[in-house]
Amino acid sequence: MNGVMPRTVLRTEQLKAFYILDAFGTEKIVKAVNGVSVQIRENEVYGISGESGCGKTTLLKALYSAIEPPLRLVGGKVLYVRDGEEIDPYSLSKEEKRRLRWEYVSYVPQGSMSVLNPVKKLKDSYSDFLESHVEGKTRRDTTAIAKRHLHELGLPPRVLDAYPHQLSGGMRQRVTIALAALLGPRIMIADEPTTALDVVVQRGVIQLLKSIQESLKNTIVLVTHDMGVQANIADRIGIMYAGVMIEESTVERVFEEPLHPYTQYLINSLPKFGDKSMRQSAPGSPPSLEKLPSGCPFHPRCPHAMDVCLQEMPEVVDVGKNHRVACWLVEGGGDGRAP
Amino acid sequence: MDALLKIRNLKKDFAFGSLLSRLRITAVDDVSFDVMPAEIFALAGESGCGKTTTARLILGFEEPTSGTIIYKKGKKRRKPKKREKVWFTQGVQAVFQNPFETFNPLRRAERYFFETVRNYGLAKGGRCAESLIDETLNAVGLSFKEVSGRYPSEFSGGQLQRVSIARALLTKPSLLLADEPVSMVDASIRMSIVNLFKQLRDEFGVSVIYITHDLATAYYVCDRIAIMFRGHIVEMGEVENVLMAPKHPYTKLLRESIPEADPKKRWKESVSLTDIEHEEYLRKGCRFAGRCPEVMDVCRENVPPDFTVDGVFVKCFLYDEEGLMTQIRQSAVTDDAE
Repeated sequence: MNGVMPRTVLRTEQLKAFYILDAFGTEKIVKAVNGVSVQIRENEVYGISGESGCGKTTLLKALYSAIEPPLRLVGGKVLYVRDGEEIDPYSLSKEEKRRLRWEYVSYVPQGSMSVLNPVKKLKDSYSDFLESHVEGKTRRDTTAIAKRHLHELGLPPRVLDAYPHQLSGGMRQRVTIALAALLGPRIMIADEPTTALDVVVQRGVIQLLKSIQESLKNTIVLVTHDMGVQANIADRIGIMYAGVMIEESTVERVFEEPLHPYTQYLINSLPKFGDKSMRQSAPGSPPSLEKLPSGCPFHPRCPHAMDVCLQEMPEVVDVGKNHRVACWLVEGGGDGRAP
Repeated sequence: MDALLKIRNLKKDFAFGSLLSRLRITAVDDVSFDVMPAEIFALAGESGCGKTTTARLILGFEEPTSGTIIYKKGKKRRKPKKREKVWFTQGVQAVFQNPFETFNPLRRAERYFFETVRNYGLAKGGRCAESLIDETLNAVGLSFKEVSGRYPSEFSGGQLQRVSIARALLTKPSLLLADEPVSMVDASIRMSIVNLFKQLRDEFGVSVIYITHDLATAYYVCDRIAIMFRGHIVEMGEVENVLMAPKHPYTKLLRESIPEADPKKRWKESVSLTDIEHEEYLRKGCRFAGRCPEVMDVCRENVPPDFTVDGVFVKCFLYDEEGLMTQIRQSAVTDDAE
């Protein structure tokens, strides 16, 4: 860093979002996001990774202020920083929130088939979308805007005359991403945009995301469980485990010097070309968010678990070089490397 | 050594659409390969390349349009007798992609084990069956105690996939067909399942046909690999040769497109994609011709035969050293002249 701290656009303070379910009189609490504090900066791709059921998607919903019952915001805050001003989206009225969406923060959901209206041509979807956000445009104007936008992103404008089912999965996903970028949002939140796509198509989708980010100089929050995708596009990565952010750093450091034992397992178990040596998975299986283990949620699977891990959740500590980690091994003053 | 499973010129057509606008797609086109005893053979490719259809043909879920499947010298017949069928399924077992769809959620997991024991007459009496089941579960790192009485929803994805593999191993098969066995399993425990296949090969001499789109795990686990594209096997050979020095332009593209888990190896160039997938199936010559960076005229007209380069089969005219290409061109010229 050249001495100037990059500006934050989105941050959370001890965010807690739980699913509170009432099943036949017994209350069930699923602690999907359990105290997450992140600072996401301007002009960066922030990746979030973790196993299925670790709370990644719930965190995204909270960031996008799309919390609906049974999911509830239990504690903490989400703050958007717009022109130096901090905005709490949860304190805004419905109309203000609607304005903020797509223009300031947009969302690319998982599974593009369910996003686009299947009985409408794409140009109609684009028009609907533009009409609700940009005033005083005729149908012809909106189609022209949509065409120009797609052309700029290197997608064939003829897709506007097609129905969603006529496009391939990759094209559909790219059109959805293009739609999310239409109003030049400062933050784009993408939930598993490449999952269920073929590798070659996946590469195309990542290219598109990257080129959008480079031209708009905005922030992309990318959730994916695929570490290869993260390595390819993210600037910084946060690793989640059982609703907590256990490690966060630049992509290089996470891949080269992971400090948390879970991250170490995750990185070391990745198969690599040209290296057929034995890979080991983390033992055990992921915990249920309903019945979290005491203390550090990873302790039942951790080979270095100590007494303190069973009792207390470690704080997130800054170990310097943009690297933060929540593990007692690091807290203990060691370098965090497994002994 | 004799091959365990021989596939010769396997072909499967599917027809879509109404009577008047019929669209025929050849999902598996002239596929031939051998699986040796105690070998992990990977069938890799993108979705829609025909890898799952190939598996379904081998398992007998679909009837091939033409071609033969020979398992241990026994040719698979169109209408097998019951005894033949039992013999075949006892030797060839399957593991599917999503373990939660493999098992009926309302049935306890152990029921599947007892059912398999009964169907194949593997043990006499309940006590005997139980010890056999326990033995098989031990091979995948579970025990009968852990499994009995539990419903599929009470297992984690990784555990249930192990249960599914154990169920397949019960008949002591010589060949396992695993269709994307780890794509639904979390990254942190994925390798434990993959290692299991290696262990089965080394300890019990089980062969595995590992069907996957994930080339990185395929590289890690398998001995030989076949890359499929739109129904054809475009490249086949030792995994080291195929993936570390790809020859077919499609394999090259595929190999480059895998996001490597290394931030230093980011992509620099961009790729071109197809908009409409079925067009590639209907292509006359090489099906990759529309996207191939090294496409020649001959590729658009003729399906390339298999060429052998460094012990690897490559379906590409770039490796045509004996001038088959010119022969074809000449014959085309003489045809025109006539």
